[in-house]
Amino acid sequence: MVLSGAEIVIRCLQEEKVEYVFGYPGGAVLFLYDALFQQDKVRHVLVRHEQAAVHAADGFARSTEKVGVAMVTSGPGATNAVTGIATAYCDSIPMVIISGQVPVAAIGQDAFQEVDTVGITRPCVKHNFLVKDPRDIAVTMKKAFHLARTGRPGPVLVDIPKDVSMQRCEFEYPKEISMRSYNPVVKGHSGQIKKAVQLLLEARRPMIYTGGGVVLSNAAEQLTKLTRLLGYPITNTLMGLGGYPFSDRQYLGMPGMHGTFEANMAMHYSDVLLAVGARFDDRVIGNPAHFAEEPRKIIHVDIDPSSISKRVRVDVPIVGDVKEVLDEMIRQIESGEARPNPEALAAWWKQVEEWRGRRCMVYKNSDEIIKPQFVVQKLWEVTGGDAIITSDVGQHQMWAAQYYGFDKPRRWLNSGGLGTMGVGMPYAMGAKLANPDMQVACVTGEASIQMNIQELSTCKQFRLPIKICNLNNRYLGMVRQWQELFHGGRYSESYMDSLPDFAKLAESYGHVGIRVDKPGDVEGALREAFTTHRNELVFLDFQVDQTENVYPMVQGGKGLTEMILSAEDL
Amino acid sequence: MRHVISLLIENESGALSRVSGLFSARGYNIESLTVAPTEDLSMSRMTIVTTGSDDIVEQITKQLNKLVEVVKVVDISEAAHIERELMLVKVRATGKDREEVKRTADIFRARIIDVTDTAYVVELTGNQGKLDAFIGAIDPALILETVRSGVCGIGRGDRVLKV
Ligand SMILES: Cc1cc2nc3c(=O)[nH]c(=O)nc-3n(C[C@H](O)[C@H](O)[C@H](O)COP(=O)(O)OP(=O)(O)OC[C@H]3O[C@@H](n4cnc5c(N)ncnc54)[C@H](O)[C@@H]3O)c2cc1C
Ligand SMILES: Cc1ncc(C[n+]2csc(CCOP(=O)(O)OP(=O)(O)O)c2C)c(N)n1
Ligand SMILES: [Mg+2]
Repeated sequence: MVLSGAEIVIRCLQEEKVEYVFGYPGGAVLFLYDALFQQDKVRHVLVRHEQAAVHAADGFARSTEKVGVAMVTSGPGATNAVTGIATAYCDSIPMVIISGQVPVAAIGQDAFQEVDTVGITRPCVKHNFLVKDPRDIAVTMKKAFHLARTGRPGPVLVDIPKDVSMQRCEFEYPKEISMRSYNPVVKGHSGQIKKAVQLLLEARRPMIYTGGGVVLSNAAEQLTKLTRLLGYPITNTLMGLGGYPFSDRQYLGMPGMHGTFEANMAMHYSDVLLAVGARFDDRVIGNPAHFAEEPRKIIHVDIDPSSISKRVRVDVPIVGDVKEVLDEMIRQIESGEARPNPEALAAWWKQVEEWRGRRCMVYKNSDEIIKPQFVVQKLWEVTGGDAIITSDVGQHQMWAAQYYGFDKPRRWLNSGGLGTMGVGMPYAMGAKLANPDMQVACVTGEASIQMNIQELSTCKQFRLPIKICNLNNRYLGMVRQWQELFHGGRYSESYMDSLPDFAKLAESYGHVGIRVDKPGDVEGALREAFTTHRNELVFLDFQVDQTENVYPMVQGGKGLTEMILSAEDL
Repeated sequence: MRHVISLLIENESGALSRVSGLFSARGYNIESLTVAPTEDLSMSRMTIVTTGSDDIVEQITKQLNKLVEVVKVVDISEAAHIERELMLVKVRATGKDREEVKRTADIFRARIIDVTDTAYVVELTGNQGKLDAFIGAIDPALILETVRSGVCGIGRGDRVLKV
C-alpha cells in the first residue's frame, strides 16, 4: 500500500496500539497532523506547551506498562520538549517522541525553525534517529518502540523532515525487529543467582533495597513473594514506592536523604544487602565513602550492567530483568533445604524495631495552622489509599512520598532523577487518560504548579477531573529549608511574592477552586473535591505552615547514619 | 592506567558523535580516537586510547556497550596486543640538514615520501614511543609540521574482534 510518510507514521502508531499522542502542531509537522486528522484510532491531546506534552506522555507511561508518545514541531517545539525528554530519561521511562524537522535539503542551512534536534537530545535519550527517506520510517518506528520498552527503558526520539513526511512510498510494518548491536540480557546468570541465594540465606543482618526497576519490570508480585519468603526487612526508593506494600510490617519506609531512620540504619548496618532495580543514587546512600566504611556483601540485580559497581563495589552482580531473576531466586529457595537463620533474624529484627521505635515520621500537628503532612494523610484517608498520586519537586513531594502509604506500584508518579518542577499536572493528565476510572491527585507546591499552570486549559478541553492539592507555603520551600539549615537563614530569592489567587485562577479556566485555611476544613474540602465535584477538576489551595521542614534529613556529603531527625537535632 | 579500547560500531551518521559525546559528558579522557569502516562496510572499527582507574575503565566499556549502535567492545590492552600509529612529519631540509634528516629517518626505518629543495615529508609507523623518539631525535627547529593518526590496535594471536 502506497502512503505518505506522515500516513506511515500514524499507521505505525496504530500498529503499536497507541491510544493517545500528546502534542502541539507547527509547520514541520503539518502533514503528520493532517494524517492524524484523517483517522480516529489514535487520539491526540493538544497541550498548551510542548514540555507538558512530553510530561503527560511520560505520566501515561508511568501509570501503565505502555510506551508514552509525544509529537512536536521542529525548532522551538523540539527545544521545549527537551526538559520532558531528559526527565523521562533520568527515570528510565519508555517513550517515543516524534519531532518535525525542516526539509532534508534545508538541513544545515540555518533554515527557519531549524535546530539540530538529534544533536541537542543525544545525551538525554536512549537513542534517536533522523529519518531521511520515507522508506525508512516504518522500520525506524519499529526500532523506536522496541528500544523504548525493552532492556532499561527510555525515551527514543524520531526526527522527521517535512519533505519525508510528504513523500509517498510503499508501507509495510515489520512484524519483528532484530538489531545485532542491541540485545539486552533478560535472564540472569543462574550460577550468580545461586551464589546470591546462598549469601542471602547465610545473612545475619539482611536488608532488601529495591527501586524503580521493580516497578518498570512489573515485578511487585515477585518482590513481595520473595521478601515474605525470607522474612527480611525491605525499603523502596523514591522511584520504587509501591513496589512492596507500605502497610506491611516488613516494610521500613523509604531510604536516603529524606528516608526513615530505620531504613537508613538497616541499610548501613546490614551484612548482606540485596539491591534490586535500584542504582545507589547519591540521594539514597549519602556519602559513598561513609557507606563503604561498614563491611557488607552486596548483591545487585539490574538490567543495565553500567548501573552495577558504578557508585559502590558489588560482590554478586546479576544482570537481568528483575522479574526473571526474582522468579529464579524464589524457585531456588523453595526447591532447596536451607532457610534463614531464625536466631540471627530475630536479633536483627529486634534491632530494627528499636530503630523503628524512634518513630521518626511523627510530626507535631496543630489546630491553628495546616501542617502539610496532615493534608497528605487526609488525602490518603479520603481516597482510601488507592489513588494515583503525582507530585512536583520540593518539600511537598517528599511529604507526599512519606505520608501517602503506597501499597501498589504505578500509583506514585514523580520526577526522581532530574527533579523537574512542573511535572505534576501533566503527569496527572496522562495518568487520568490512561486510568479514567481511578482517582488521580497531584500534590504540588505554589511554585512548581506555576511551571505548567497553562495545562489547566488542556484539562478543561479534555475534561480531566484531576484533583490538585497545592501545599501553598508561599516559599520555594525546599530551597528555603536548605537556606535555613546551611546558608545562615539568608533566604535569597526563595520567597515568592504576588502569587495568584489559585482558586479564582482555576475558576477562570472553568474549574472548581477551593481555598483552605484551617486544619479543620482540610478533610471536608477533600471530600467535597472527591465526591461532590467528582467529575470536575478541583484546585485545592491549602495555606500551609510556611516554616515546616522535611525530616528526617541526611545532609549532602554526610553518611546515612548521620541523620537530622527533627528541628531539635539542629 | 592507559587502556586501548577497540570497538565495532554501526556505520551510521552520528555514531562517532555518540561515542565522543559519551566521553565528554561523563568526563572520561580520550588520548586518541581513530575510526574507519571495516571490510564489512556496514560497520566501522574504532580504537580509543584512554586513561583511568580500573573502575573508570570498567564504566567506560559498559557505557560504550550501552550505546545502541555499538556492536562489540573489547579492552585489547588487557592481553597481548599490537599498537601502531602513523606519523607524517614535514622537516626543513637544506644544506647539511638534508643528510642528517635522511640518516635519522633510515635509523627509524622511516620513509621520505615527498622531497622539495627545502623540505622532506617523512612517513613513520610504529607504536607511540617510537614516534615520540623520532620527534626527539630531530632538531625541533627543523620540524615544520607533524600529523599523527592516533593509535590503531589489534590483539595478538587468535583473539579476534568480529561479529
Ligand atoms: C527533592 C528530591 C529528594 C529526593 N530524596 C530522595 C530520598 O530521600 N530517597 C530516595 O530514595 N530518593 C530520593 N530522591 C530520588 C533520587 O534522586 C533518585 O531518583 C532515586 O533515588 C533513584 O531511584 P532508584 O535507585 O530506584 O533508581 P531508578 O532511577 O528508578 O532506576 C532504576 C534502576 O533499575 C534498573 N532497571 C530498569 N528496568 C529494569 C528491569 N526490568 N530489570 C532490572 N533492572 C531494571 C535501571 O537500569 C536502573 O538502574 C529525591 C529526589 C528529589 C527530586
Ligand atoms: C525546573 C526546576 N527549577 C528549579 C529547581 C530547584 N528547586 C527544587 S525544589 C524548589 C522549590 C519548589 O517550590 P514549591 O513548588 O513551592 O514546593 P515546596 O518546596 O515549597 O513544597 C526549587 C526551586 C527544580 N527542581 N526544578
Ligand atoms: Mg512552596
